[in-house]
Amino acid sequence: MAEMMKVSSNPHFRSKVTTANIMMWVIIALLPAAGVGIYTFGVDALIILVLSVASAVLTEYVYELLMHKEITIRDCSAAVTGLLLGLNLPSTVPWWLPIIGSVFAILVVKMLFGGLGQNFMNPALGGRCFLVISFPALMTNFVTDAFSGPTPLAALKAGENISIMTMITGIEAGTIGETSMIAIVAGACILILLGIIDLRIPGSYIVSFVLFLILFGGHGVNGAYLSAHLAGGGLMLGAFFMATDYVSSPITSKGKYIYGVILGILTGIFRVFGSSAEGVSFAIIIGNLMVPLIEKFTLPRAFGIPKESRKGAKA
Amino acid sequence: MARLTFRGGIHPYEGKELTKDKPIRTVMPKGDLVYPVSQHIGAPATPIVAVGDHVLVGQKIAEASGFVSAPIYATVSGTVKAIEPRRLATGGMCNSIIVENDGAYTEVEWPKMKPVEQMTTQEKIDLVREAGVVGMGGAGFPTAVKFQPKEPDRIEYVIANCSECEPYLTSDYRRMVEEPELLLNGLKIAVSLFPNARGILAIEDNKPDCIAKYRELTQNDDRIMVKALRTKYPEGAERMLIYACTGREINSSMLPADAGCIVDNVDTLCAVYRAVAEGRPLMERIVTITGDAVADPCNYKVRIGTNYRELLDASGGFVREPAKIISGGPMMGFAVFDLDVPTTKTASALTCLTRDAVSEMAPSACINCAKCVDVCPEGLIPKNLADAVEHGEDARFLAEYGMECCECGCCSYICPARRQLTQLIKGMRKIQLANRKKK
Repeated sequence: MAEMMKVSSNPHFRSKVTTANIMMWVIIALLPAAGVGIYTFGVDALIILVLSVASAVLTEYVYELLMHKEITIRDCSAAVTGLLLGLNLPSTVPWWLPIIGSVFAILVVKMLFGGLGQNFMNPALGGRCFLVISFPALMTNFVTDAFSGPTPLAALKAGENISIMTMITGIEAGTIGETSMIAIVAGACILILLGIIDLRIPGSYIVSFVLFLILFGGHGVNGAYLSAHLAGGGLMLGAFFMATDYVSSPITSKGKYIYGVILGILTGIFRVFGSSAEGVSFAIIIGNLMVPLIEKFTLPRAFGIPKESRKGAKA
Repeated sequence: MARLTFRGGIHPYEGKELTKDKPIRTVMPKGDLVYPVSQHIGAPATPIVAVGDHVLVGQKIAEASGFVSAPIYATVSGTVKAIEPRRLATGGMCNSIIVENDGAYTEVEWPKMKPVEQMTTQEKIDLVREAGVVGMGGAGFPTAVKFQPKEPDRIEYVIANCSECEPYLTSDYRRMVEEPELLLNGLKIAVSLFPNARGILAIEDNKPDCIAKYRELTQNDDRIMVKALRTKYPEGAERMLIYACTGREINSSMLPADAGCIVDNVDTLCAVYRAVAEGRPLMERIVTITGDAVADPCNYKVRIGTNYRELLDASGGFVREPAKIISGGPMMGFAVFDLDVPTTKTASALTCLTRDAVSEMAPSACINCAKCVDVCPEGLIPKNLADAVEHGEDARFLAEYGMECCECGCCSYICPARRQLTQLIKGMRKIQLANRKKK
């Protein structure tokens, strides 16, 4: 053969799944929640989502351009961050707020730590928490033309009556993407069926959160109270789309369960004992910070290594 | 207890439909035959012929040079043309005996064999060693050595590795379909070496016809049983196979015998039968010539030493431009840059693909998705190991059981960031093994 063939070390096969198409599917899975948000809150919601996605992607692009780095916006991860951040904002916020949030999320939380894969916390939640602390009044203004009352969780905390039905469909006050339990779960099902996420984290998160509420919520096993907490606030969006963020969750299987339990307990503490009705964002961010430790203590036993000799093998 | 499967693993495109229903054809070599002296694990064989000598089919041309070694036999009659280093499919050079084929296929006079039932265990093992039988699934470990564990009484299972989990390969499958007596009798001989052993035919359930057929053939034999394993790559990896068949786990520093098992591949057991019952040395094997670049993919009964190019020509050559040519299958095989290499005892296939998935995509940043962790059959964290290699952290690599990697390639296959996980880990393992030797 005159021409030599290309060689490489085995394996010579690759699966079809790439980072970019995983991110694309996450965006697709978020569309039902975004759709319900736009339906409920009108064109304001659409503008906010577009602004947050566009500014997230643009921030990554400009940063990489200025730093002479490879442009990575095609992997769609910045778009996912922007979309998640937008879904976590009330539709009433001024137009500059999603932009500030996205710039903070991408620039400070993601790019300054080394870009995709290196951020120690979920960028969208980092951005959201930055906004909540900096602009608390704007971030908790859920009064729109359609809704004048408080969010269901705030109402629940104040002891008022709430309707579970509207919490499940999502036609109620709240941030753009968190209100409709049914849309979020439908999106999550897509990701679960595709094998992009699994139930290890969301499952242990939700179960431990419910157990915490039963033990410390003060209502015992009260169906209405529990289902209000499950369907209300950012729990579903957080459990299925943000706690499962690959980069900021543990890589080990055991670690995923432990992480989910930690999130469940933290969310419970924040919601039951905290001053605000919400707690998911801060619970996940604190959980993110524990990930390196969780991974360190949950290194699996390799196949064929006897349990007792594990320490010996390490020495 | 049989689990019939194992943790982790992947389901790559199988590609077996290309050759699965094509009967084995015999191909006669036309050009020179090349016999590398190292076609097995252990000491290279020592040539016992000189340039100019005339050799016959079945004549020993190189003899074992140690306990862990294997002799090599001529597979054609002709003249020894040269003894010189030649390129192997695995990329390296190896001293080889080159025989010019006279096309007559004159055979040596085969020895008269006594019936297998009257042979002692040692006689059978000596015949296997003398025939140069090695593990033909790819590792090339001398089978006679495998047959002599420290405590033969403690061997409970002889497992015939019929899983053929590697994509595209159908050579074992065709052998199982066409020559069941050869395989069964080979397995019976292997089982007879161990007083307390039973034979297991471990077949993946993507070959239901084989499972049914072998169940029928063995229904009256209480020392042989068929286990239908759930199809998954790398089922045929020794450690996974033992676990799937018996529920026992062994690690990289243990032998199958430590779990009371002996594992042999289909072609190997056939060779054992021919060696013991017929007195024939290892001279042929089944090779799958396949891939979407090949005109007529097929399985061939090949005289070992035949050039790969001749096999490809027998399959009508290329019908499309190949992007990658692999000796073996796509998961564990070796990419070759030139077809001018000989088939050896361990050459199971030539896979010619029109697409090279590897060079199409550059590695990107790890997103910590844990897919590599979920597919690793050895329970490792390939991501951490690859990071340790990239950062030069040998101690971390060893502490996180890097040496347990079986190099099956599942992590590289699944990685959405296209990181070269297996390749990094493999490189470090080689370095560590070399360091061990120095000490």
